[in-house]
Amino acid sequence: MKGEPSRWWYALLALPLLGLLYPPLYATRSPELAGVPFFYWYQFAWVLVSAVLTAVVYRVMRRP
Amino acid sequence: MTLALITEAHGTNTTALVVFVVLFGLVTILGFVAAGWRRAKLDHIDEWGLGGRRFGTVVTWFLLGGDLYTAYTFIAVPALVFGVGAIGFFALPYTIVMYPLVFIVMPRMWSVCRANGYATPADFVRGRYASRELGLLVAFTGLLATMPYIALQLVGMQVVLGALGVSGDWPLVIAFVILAAYTFKSGLRAPALIAIVKDTLIYVTILVAVIYIPSKIGGFGAMFDAAEKALPTHTPKPGTLIPVGADAQIAYATLAFGSALALFLYPHAVTAVLSAKSAQTVRRNTALLPAYTFVLGLIALLGYMAIARGIKPSNPNFAVPDLFLNVFPSWFVGFAFAAIAIGALVPAAVMSIAAANLFTRSIYKAYLRPAASHADEARIAKIVSLLVKVGALVIIVTLPTKYAIELQLLGGVWILQTLPAIVVGLYTRWLHRWALVAGWAVGMVLGTLMAQSQDFAPTYPLDLFGTKINAYTGVFALAANLVVTLVLTVALRAAAVRDGGDETESADFDELAEDAAYPLRGAPAPASQTISATATATP
Repeated sequence: MKGEPSRWWYALLALPLLGLLYPPLYATRSPELAGVPFFYWYQFAWVLVSAVLTAVVYRVMRRP
Repeated sequence: MTLALITEAHGTNTTALVVFVVLFGLVTILGFVAAGWRRAKLDHIDEWGLGGRRFGTVVTWFLLGGDLYTAYTFIAVPALVFGVGAIGFFALPYTIVMYPLVFIVMPRMWSVCRANGYATPADFVRGRYASRELGLLVAFTGLLATMPYIALQLVGMQVVLGALGVSGDWPLVIAFVILAAYTFKSGLRAPALIAIVKDTLIYVTILVAVIYIPSKIGGFGAMFDAAEKALPTHTPKPGTLIPVGADAQIAYATLAFGSALALFLYPHAVTAVLSAKSAQTVRRNTALLPAYTFVLGLIALLGYMAIARGIKPSNPNFAVPDLFLNVFPSWFVGFAFAAIAIGALVPAAVMSIAAANLFTRSIYKAYLRPAASHADEARIAKIVSLLVKVGALVIIVTLPTKYAIELQLLGGVWILQTLPAIVVGLYTRWLHRWALVAGWAVGMVLGTLMAQSQDFAPTYPLDLFGTKINAYTGVFALAANLVVTLVLTVALRAAAVRDGGDETESADFDELAEDAAYPLRGAPAPASQTISATATATP
């Protein structure tokens, strides 16, 4: 596989913004996870997801 | 005045105080030892003010983490959550969405600064638009936004000292004199080394807190239930566990987004970025720094733990210190408080270095002594770093804390106004320099007036053609700034008004391979070349 990786990979970086900057999506109490309201565990989950997405884009786009 | 405002009656806790002083002493020694770390002649601004631009992934991670997640954050975020609940949690989406933005933008910033020997965002703007005036505006904005931020670090320290039962201003003065001394001697190497200790203390403290405290309050479920019951009864502003209604949700989202845009425009953030050894080091860190965001989220929850534990502090800032005093044995209280106080030293040091770099490059070198040598620059920067800290100390000792907090809020609004010149400037030179000046002025004035009219609440209820939008003031001011800049650029280009040149080249922005030698141009070329030579020689 030669050539530059597709720039579309950068689109993955937009997902955390879409997932977090529209609060009606997650401003609810249920479903709870071990007593933790959705509003809270959803945002904690995004910390991990966004770190993984960033790492993926880094790996793919890295220059040799 | 200040101390009277935030200190409540706390008995002196001897065991905690001893542990605290020992850890603080250890860090002081480290600060001075740092001068000899990866030894170099510290009489060059790249060495003193940017650690030689050769910190690797791990050191950069500690430095950026210690620099961005400040002691004030550790006190203020849980205090806000303790007081008003959900809205205080915006710190989490803020520090999540920030990193994808940094991933895209900051490697370009690093590359162009490396290629041209720029040490500050204002250096870049001056070069990019070939305009001393625009560089000065950006430097001025950076200084204005940074000063109250440094002052607020002292508030964090003041709170833990107060909770240890130490009263009076002198402990604060001593701590700052020590900080000033080793920053003067070691430059950016001191906070980089201290950050490693500080973050280890913070991680241990938080790990223990989130495992131990829930066991004393009946678990996380009981904690959220208690918070849900207590928050609506809070005065003067009742809180909620979940942000309900459009007003609260728009405020939440715009605070998160606006703050994320602002943070990496701050001079201290750029300083830490530029001290990395490669653009890829910066990129790697955007995937690793969310670890701090996770911890910040846990720290925010300490606010709810304080509610569930029935803590009744005289001031919300004492919610977490009082919680720790309530549940932990004395020696661990000393450990945790040392973590917070040392947490104030790292950002305060980096911020004062960043401010010193700004003054030296954009005011001293640009206007007062264009012929200044590298040694002159480093000498002036060292002296200015002292003056900046004295200024912050005077602010906090003489003015009520309220003003420092209001100024810091305004600082965020102000620093956002440099976004068009810096971030747009990284991608295109199309914006006209006088349009940028006008847009900046409009954003600064409008943002300040809006914040003032709301008595320095972070949001402004804007009436837009009959629809009320309650959003972060900084976002409104930035929107106005961008509109003015765009419209005037079109107008000035149409009228063929002369624009400045551009000392950068498009290749300067390209990210090179990790260990490539950067082509160096611009004023500090000869000295920087020796640095890059040593940098490639070190494994």
